[in-house]
Amino acid sequence: MESLLIEIFNLLALVAMGCFLFFKTKGRGLITLGVITIQVIISSVVAFSVFSTGLIEYSYSGSWITEMIPVRIDFLSAWFILIISFTFLTGAWYGIQYMKKYIDQADNITLHAVAFILVYTSLIDICIVQNGFVLLVVWEIMALSSFVVVIFEHNKAETLKAGINFLIQSHVSILFLTIAFMWVRVKTGSFDFSAITAYTSTQPAITGIGLFIFFFIGFAIKAGFVPFHTWLPLAHPAAPAHISGVMSGVIIKIGIYGILRVLLLIKTDLTALGYFILTISVITGIYGVMLAIVQHNLKKLLAYHSIENIGIIGIGIGLGCLGIGYNNQILLVCGFGGALLHTLNHSLFKSLLFYGAGNVYQARHTMDIEALGGLIKRMPRSAFLFLIGSLAICGFPPFNGFVSEFFIYNGLFKGLLFNNFMFTLFVLFAILGLVIIGGLALLCFTKAFGIVFLGTPREKIHHDDLTIERPLRIVPMYAVALVIILIGIFPLLFTPWLQKIIQLYQPSSVSQTGAQLKTLLDNLTLIGWYSIGFIGVTALCYFIRHLIISRRSSEVDVTWGCGYTGETDKMQYTASSFIRTYRKLAEPLLSIKKEKQDASGLYPHPIRQVTHPGDKVENWLIDKPVSFIKRFLNRFVFLQNGNIQAYILYGFVFVGLAILFPLILDKIVLLMNFLKQL
Amino acid sequence: MISFLLILLTSLFFMGVIVRTKSIASGRKGPGLFQPMKDIFRLWKKGSVYSKTTSFIFQLAPTAYFASVLMAILMVPHGNNPGIISFDCDFVMFAYILALGKFLMIVAALDTGSSFEGMGASREALFSMLVEPAFFILMGSFTLFTGHTSFHSIFSMLHYGSYVSYMLGVLATFVLVLIAMIENSRMPVDDPKTHLELTMIHEVMVLDYSGFDLGIIMYTTNLKFAMYGAIISNLFISALPLEFSIPLFFAIQIGFAITAGIIESFMARFRMGHNPQFIFILTSVSLLIFFGALMVLEKFM
Repeated sequence: MESLLIEIFNLLALVAMGCFLFFKTKGRGLITLGVITIQVIISSVVAFSVFSTGLIEYSYSGSWITEMIPVRIDFLSAWFILIISFTFLTGAWYGIQYMKKYIDQADNITLHAVAFILVYTSLIDICIVQNGFVLLVVWEIMALSSFVVVIFEHNKAETLKAGINFLIQSHVSILFLTIAFMWVRVKTGSFDFSAITAYTSTQPAITGIGLFIFFFIGFAIKAGFVPFHTWLPLAHPAAPAHISGVMSGVIIKIGIYGILRVLLLIKTDLTALGYFILTISVITGIYGVMLAIVQHNLKKLLAYHSIENIGIIGIGIGLGCLGIGYNNQILLVCGFGGALLHTLNHSLFKSLLFYGAGNVYQARHTMDIEALGGLIKRMPRSAFLFLIGSLAICGFPPFNGFVSEFFIYNGLFKGLLFNNFMFTLFVLFAILGLVIIGGLALLCFTKAFGIVFLGTPREKIHHDDLTIERPLRIVPMYAVALVIILIGIFPLLFTPWLQKIIQLYQPSSVSQTGAQLKTLLDNLTLIGWYSIGFIGVTALCYFIRHLIISRRSSEVDVTWGCGYTGETDKMQYTASSFIRTYRKLAEPLLSIKKEKQDASGLYPHPIRQVTHPGDKVENWLIDKPVSFIKRFLNRFVFLQNGNIQAYILYGFVFVGLAILFPLILDKIVLLMNFLKQL
Repeated sequence: MISFLLILLTSLFFMGVIVRTKSIASGRKGPGLFQPMKDIFRLWKKGSVYSKTTSFIFQLAPTAYFASVLMAILMVPHGNNPGIISFDCDFVMFAYILALGKFLMIVAALDTGSSFEGMGASREALFSMLVEPAFFILMGSFTLFTGHTSFHSIFSMLHYGSYVSYMLGVLATFVLVLIAMIENSRMPVDDPKTHLELTMIHEVMVLDYSGFDLGIIMYTTNLKFAMYGAIISNLFISALPLEFSIPLFFAIQIGFAITAGIIESFMARFRMGHNPQFIFILTSVSLLIFFGALMVLEKFM
């Protein structure tokens, strides 16, 4: 039954593309929307049936290259299928409204729609297929089609540059995955995922760790762990808003899926892996948010925030691994539970924030935070939804971000009670990291929301489009916001499912310690009640305030400017000035280029100051090596002289060498043998 | 329940004690203990002026700020008596709900479009971010020290055995007093009585509020002081019976208020640029407490 559904799911994608031939642009858009919606329904049915009846497993015979292709949908796959499907559903509904602006670019839109369907289909297939070779093929389809969706505005040089960067880095990721799968294939002769378990359980722990490192780097590039994150802040601003939302929401999460899947399969010293993941995640989180604050481009800011949230998810995964390693139930539940829930939560609020940013972009045609302002009066609904997203991403109750962060905090504080000095130190480090991440996120989103939506416009508005807030466009955003609040006030909504997934990680020797789990869940219920209480108290206070204020006199006047009452748009605090103190503090760690023109002379020119936030890791890891290689290769540039005769000569030299080489080698061997005989 | 009522009661006269201490220190007689509260009542009766730049955020923020502090107080225990709500890791919720109120106040300041308020908002956001690690590590140390992870269980199990643990108690009090001073934007970090907008933090953030909303904000400050005072008092109450603990609670609150007054009378405000360094000191002191707790428990290696 389920295998049939999955076949229909894949066939639908092909049929949709076939149908494109017979329709015009508008029809193609509607087909995409329809197909994605049906696909989402099908995949959700499959995922729900997994959660209700358990693992689905069957296999195709495959060919001699791929060997047997096992398809296994366990709880982990089902969870990710649901996350991916929901975000793609809202993404498609939002995207079709977003794309209306580009309706005259018929070919471009068609390509975009095809790639969009392909991305979704391949993402779901990645979650269910358990054959290394097929996975790599699907992964490649996913990488290529996400490249196509990113470069929708390919007439801009910047977009194309970001797209190519993304393409190259995805292939570096594929390279690492290929090496890892080949390693297992060579050693065991099988592409099946279960071969990984079989192989690593017979080998010493160090082999497993080595294999895991290859998998981890491959998946970490996709997920955006520092130092493999450098494609993310470039690709997100370049892509259209719904693609940024989907990409940040779920495409990077496929990396997290990969890591979680490999952790299920690999049998090795999970304690060491836990420390490794925990350390790299704390660094990722802090580095991501530190850079997010200094960004001037709203989408780039959100992109760096995705890196931060990947860090939080990673802290959860690391904690869970340590839980398995040290055989500690609470750590395991809190760690993996927090990581899985945060994966869902981040996909919700991040897509909401990107959709909000998309509305801003289409209304004002800029993403420069310094140029925006006062949008709350022009687009109140987008502003309200963006506020909800901001509060959720900072992890405040009563929103969903808090629930998953609370899971992780709970695990960390419980971890302090654990009798192991080394572990205590790491937990302390992780708590510090998580707190600093939270604090910096507050600074970052007060800036993002406050400067973009509040105050008055910082630059003169020449033309703005206020048709952006049409209901069809806002409804998907409201749907996301609703789920955000639902999880916030009913944290137990998904815990039965999470429990099932966490069971997978349970070492078989340990029996479930139900009592501890129960206190944890009771805790969550209390959080839910508390959140409802907070909303209630706020509403009550606001109502009382309203009653009192309506009986008092109330006036409207200009903002108090300490005696100055003139035009104050230009006098407002800007984003750069808002974070200036922070920038001064963090400057040694970041690389920020400043261009400054001071006032001089009797009649000074207008002064200006521009800051370009750079990325130190990118500089060291990508820019410097690339420029070195470039310099080295430049020495051979004389070969490429454009002279056809020279090229023919190269051809002859090559062919000559190719023929002569074995002969010469033969002679050398002969000579060596002769010498030996002497 | 009992701690909630006690904190509400304390909030009525807390600011009065501070003001009185300051006036005595500067050789004046000073207003009555309840004068600050009377001022707030007067504000509640007044009408208000709203800037035309502002939106609903500006209207919502003070109420939500008040509600957040009120909800945070629900979790504060009184020695052996738990707060109205108590659960595992409730101090995480405590910190986050307070941060939510602060977030809204910061964006409300940006809502006015005033450069002064932006300045205050920027500083408030940065300083409150810097203070968070100190609080969390302090709670982490208590977790380590007592083996429990909620306000109530930590404070009811807090026993001082050795000399080192007394030192930890003193250091923790020091950290909490200073966290309270920073969170409420008082001296050494901010001067509520300054009359230059450029040097203010919290006061400048609320420049545009008037009437009822301003009253709410000022009362919330009182509540917050009383709340931190209650947490400090918990360090000493632990399992005392009520007839001793309640007088001790008030003694500690008044002592805390007098300390705050004395700090404000005899210390000058730091230069803005020095504030982050000062706040980092708090984090390092709480790290000291953490390692002290490890030492007491002999968990080193």
